Amino acid sequence: MSDTILEMRNITKTFPGVKALDNVSFSVKRGEIHALVGENGAGKSTLMKVLSGVYPYGTYDGEIYFEGKECRFHDISQSEAVGLVIIHQELALIPYLSITENLFLGNERAKNGIIDWNESVSRTKELLEKVGLYESPNTLITNMGVGKQQLVEIAKALAKEVKLLILDEPTASLNEKDSEKLLQLLLQFKSHGIASILISHKLSEVSKVADSITILRDGATIETLDAHKDVITEDRIIRGMVGRDMTHRFPPRESNIGEVIFEVKNWNAYHPIHEHRKVSDNVNIKVRKGEVVGIAGLMGAGRTELAMSIFGRAYGSRISGQAFKNGKEIDLSSIDKAIANGVAYATEDRKAYGLILIEQIKDNITLANLEEISEAGIVNEPKELTVTREYRDKLNIKCSSILQLAVNLSGGNQQKVVLSKWLFANPDILILDEPTRGIDVGAKYEIYTIINRLASEGKGIIMISSELPEILGICDRIYVMRDGKIVGEMTAKEASQELVMKYIMTQEAIEQ
Amino acid sequence: MKTLSNLFKNNIREYGMLIALVAIMIFFYFVTDGILMRPVNITNLVLQNSYVIIMALGMLLIIVSGWIDLSVGSIAAFVGAIAGVMMVKWGWNWALAMVVCLLVGGLIGAWHGYWVAYVKIPAFIVTLAGMLIFRGLTLVMVRGEAIGPFPVQFSRISAGFIPDFFKMQGFHLTTILIGIIVSILLIWSDLRTRQNQMKYGFEVTPFYFFVAKQVLITAAVMGFCYLMASYKGIPNVLVIMFPLVAAYAFLTNQTVIGRRIYALGGNEKAARLSGVNTPRLLFLTFVNMGVLAALAGMIVAARLNSATPNAGEGFELDVIAACFIGGASASGGIGTVIGAVVGAFFIGVMNNGMSLLGVGIDWQQAIKGFVLLLAVFFDVYNKNKSS
Repeated sequence: MSDTILEMRNITKTFPGVKALDNVSFSVKRGEIHALVGENGAGKSTLMKVLSGVYPYGTYDGEIYFEGKECRFHDISQSEAVGLVIIHQELALIPYLSITENLFLGNERAKNGIIDWNESVSRTKELLEKVGLYESPNTLITNMGVGKQQLVEIAKALAKEVKLLILDEPTASLNEKDSEKLLQLLLQFKSHGIASILISHKLSEVSKVADSITILRDGATIETLDAHKDVITEDRIIRGMVGRDMTHRFPPRESNIGEVIFEVKNWNAYHPIHEHRKVSDNVNIKVRKGEVVGIAGLMGAGRTELAMSIFGRAYGSRISGQAFKNGKEIDLSSIDKAIANGVAYATEDRKAYGLILIEQIKDNITLANLEEISEAGIVNEPKELTVTREYRDKLNIKCSSILQLAVNLSGGNQQKVVLSKWLFANPDILILDEPTRGIDVGAKYEIYTIINRLASEGKGIIMISSELPEILGICDRIYVMRDGKIVGEMTAKEASQELVMKYIMTQEAIEQ
Repeated sequence: MKTLSNLFKNNIREYGMLIALVAIMIFFYFVTDGILMRPVNITNLVLQNSYVIIMALGMLLIIVSGWIDLSVGSIAAFVGAIAGVMMVKWGWNWALAMVVCLLVGGLIGAWHGYWVAYVKIPAFIVTLAGMLIFRGLTLVMVRGEAIGPFPVQFSRISAGFIPDFFKMQGFHLTTILIGIIVSILLIWSDLRTRQNQMKYGFEVTPFYFFVAKQVLITAAVMGFCYLMASYKGIPNVLVIMFPLVAAYAFLTNQTVIGRRIYALGGNEKAARLSGVNTPRLLFLTFVNMGVLAALAGMIVAARLNSATPNAGEGFELDVIAACFIGGASASGGIGTVIGAVVGAFFIGVMNNGMSLLGVGIDWQQAIKGFVLLLAVFFDVYNKNKSS
């Protein structure tokens, strides 16, 4: 028997307009813990989705060998059948069912369709013991904490006779004690010969438990480090993750920065459902006229939550803090007030929050400022057509007509429609949340050009982005967020990928 | 140059239901030996369906917003009962009572709208409760008997016809005159739209197609007016209904509030993040529905000349079906006023035609059910094919 349990060869996966994985090769040895690291969007989750059959055979190029046999998975059940189980970041448990019911969901202990509850419950007890969870099998998932739910997920994987366990950011939402317990469990599985792939942003954990570390960047394998041979430090991993090449991906810009145009002071917001969880923790940020300010951080760091809570309290509860425009305090208590005060927010999720997909381009562009093209509540259609065509030309939206439905546009053009909508609302402060997510390089360049033009017109731009090169390439000043707090601030000159990454990743941030 | 079949294909979605309506009218015209198109029957068709059409206007807005209202039949009955109590038992002035009735309708709509828009209880549940509540309250108010008769001014809403200024024997010339005015207005507005479209460089249908369309519309309007003029002229109800249809068509197409309702139904979150006060808008669509249901309730009461406990029973189904047959989408964001009106007439013609043929109420229901499913299937099929 060979030493390798899994081998992925030359995997390439393209989405419309974007190459998510480019000739990636990746292999896992029998009984090891193999960490997979990389920036957001580096392709980690895509690679795991290819592996587990979420993207079925035929939608990607390349080969997958599991225990020496070539595998062509068409869905998850086929990959699970060979012993390959993935635990996603968002737990896939059903909250109002018990532990037992969840463990054997789709895999019921049944004869002729009738469930044998005695066997199910006794199997559950065994499995729970293995993962060190001492709960009654009849406990409902909804009554358990996230840490325990994570253990149930793992028990569920064990119920399926797992040989290779894939964990996508398992400790992202766990506290330190639960994280530690989980890592111990992985080590214990390792001693029983179960291999794991661990996707994590917490580099301290990675360097603690991993036998090998594979680094992905921009959809390509950069290197695989062997923890038993190489000396692995967090800095070493970060260097691999961010790379060094900064090509001409960003249009040049003359910064012409003026007075402070917008300032947020002592901003606090809580999670709308988990009311004790603070999503914005005493945030102070400001932006000047003509300045592009970046907010870097991981997903879940609270950047979107901050932006949306500022934008007319579109997110969060018990929001407190002050907002100033040109030195005067402004009222941002509702979205229409925020827009009236010249604040705009272009969402990170254009399909769910940005566009009315079943409507025409023109209807989407004018939606946030219908007053501008109407008199006494009646829309002046000729005027609407004129202005929407102007924006189509100005932002180079590629479409057959402005009467085309938004759903039929490519991602980059949809993003331009969202931007057009907010430009038409004529804001002074524009918050852009991941403005280039999921769009191709060419369209990205165009978006950067638009951002530059807006800045040169004297608007204040706040750009949230998970892509560090983009933050460094576009912004004049950078804030770093973690756990709802601003943990770092630096000018573009001071900033480097390593420095930003350090603030993002390091548990003990260097306070300035 | 486009071929005729190409034109037909491109416009089948828009005119499909209209073509179906014409087809079903021709069908019933022949199988009823022409009774369907007799002046008295056409007038009856308008009288019988006016309240469905009026409620369909409000229902369309609610369906476009992404919800539904099951309570409209009960609201209509309840308001009819209130009208009966106020006018017959208390002897109130009929005009004052009507204003109060519309207010009551608005309040009931506000009640539903509050639960749906602000407390976020699904409209299906809220209006199902409303359906039971207001049906029950109707029974409480009329105590199982019919209240009537109404003052003659009130019952004239449904039973009366507009006066004729020419006093010609057996022919209502004023009706023809109104028909001519309406035809001219329709042609003028269509022409203006077309000119605007050409000015802004949009592709328009060929001129011969445009002319043919105008000829057909004018023929339909004038034919309709001629038939009514041969009986007693335009019924009063039509004087209420037609401007309402025009106003709601305008509201949905040309106004800010109309745009926002479509945006709300198309993607509520995106609409909210674009500054649309979505809860208030949703609340208002329910208030609007309540007022229109109240108006319909009064028309029904006036037509029966009494307030009865089971007035308006099953109306909600005809009204909702009219919207869906007319191309509205159950998931919101899609639907037109004209579509809903055509849908209502479609159901009306089926009811009327089957009654003329002596089809029992049992079979009528079953056939209507199949037709609803078929119409929506046709719509879904076309949508899938075009995308």
